[in-house]
Amino acid sequence: MIGILTSHWSEFITGFGNTILCSLIALFFSLVLGIGFALLEVAPIKFLRIIAKIYIELFRNIPLLVITMVFYLVIPQFFFKVSGFVAGTIGLSLYTSAFIAENIRAGINSVGDGQMEGALSNGMTYTQAMRYVILPQAMRIVIPPLGNQFINLIKNSSVLAFVAGFDLMYQADVVALSSFQTINTYVIVGVFYLILTLPLSYYMRYLEKKLN
Amino acid sequence: MGNFAQAYSWVDIRFLLQGLGVTIYVSLISIALSFIVGLIFGFIRNMKIKYLSAIVGFCIDIIRNLPLLLIIFFTYFGLPELGIVTNPILASIIALVIFEGAMLAEIVRSGINAVPIGQMEGARSNGMTYMQAMIHVVLPQALHKMIPALLSQFVSLVKDTSLATIIVLPELLFHAQIIYSQNSTYLIPMYLIISVMYFVVCFSLSMFASHLQKKFNS
Repeated sequence: MIGILTSHWSEFITGFGNTILCSLIALFFSLVLGIGFALLEVAPIKFLRIIAKIYIELFRNIPLLVITMVFYLVIPQFFFKVSGFVAGTIGLSLYTSAFIAENIRAGINSVGDGQMEGALSNGMTYTQAMRYVILPQAMRIVIPPLGNQFINLIKNSSVLAFVAGFDLMYQADVVALSSFQTINTYVIVGVFYLILTLPLSYYMRYLEKKLN
Repeated sequence: MGNFAQAYSWVDIRFLLQGLGVTIYVSLISIALSFIVGLIFGFIRNMKIKYLSAIVGFCIDIIRNLPLLLIIFFTYFGLPELGIVTNPILASIIALVIFEGAMLAEIVRSGINAVPIGQMEGARSNGMTYMQAMIHVVLPQALHKMIPALLSQFVSLVKDTSLATIIVLPELLFHAQIIYSQNSTYLIPMYLIISVMYFVVCFSLSMFASHLQKKFNS
């Protein structure tokens, strides 16, 4: 097992780096989109709420792999060619943003109505009240579920392997095929994933306990 | 638009529906088995048996934090190396049951934890054994609490079956790929219709979940 690790070290590290890079980029965009659509979902205008609802339900109920394949195969037919890495990251961002939006919406709803009414009656506008009163309280509640979404995002980044995104899972395939040591390779790759996800998962459990 | 009319010929639609059938078949078996596995292991983890609970808990954490794709690869390409012969359907069911079983065990554990400790104490002080108290008092309340989380896990299981295309499980996405690899102009119509099919299946499950959630909250 050590033999594979040392002889294919560069493949593993490239894959590890790409997985981290893809996860961080997708985390950023899915957070931005997620907060945006969560705000639309609680907006006082019905039209905006419907748009947000459609977006969220659409991306929550279609497999990530299908979304990614659409970006990898269908988009180039109309617009421009996208690399596997970009297509995978876009798919991952959109898919995760729907889940993050749902979590944040639940967080906003769990902040009592009185907070909004109080802020408004103190002369704040709706945007100010949202920005300074509701969102800071909601974000504190949603940190554990957001952490779990981030763990899911890291695990789901393995979908890049389908579109030649050169992530950890893709490299695992390459190494397994060339070395014929399937189980050993997958165990090593599993350890690489656990290095990322396991500490995060224990930290989230600790936070959850602390918040309760 | 001519592509669409041609792509949606009865032969192709029937082929896709066969794929959808396999998706649903694999999902249902995996849901049933992983629910049993999750219930047992979540329960063991919660029983606080010396060593056993800690080992089970550690294994659950390991599996939960691995990508499902890795587990699918492992069961399909790795198990034959150990002398266990599998086919795509069996391999994907094993992988899904291992992965989703661990996810469900975690849900079961937090569901049992969410039942106030007083329930258990009350039942025990009324003369019930630990198992009686668990089965008749704690578990029914816990199941009640975890139904929404369970159902959304089942929805993601249905979506996750699409990952098994990589080990040539003849499910919906794989059948669509066969069709558009024969005629590349069918690419868009195929992705459109399978998105609709996945959406209909998963959305109705999601709707059922939120219906139950509302029913229990009131």
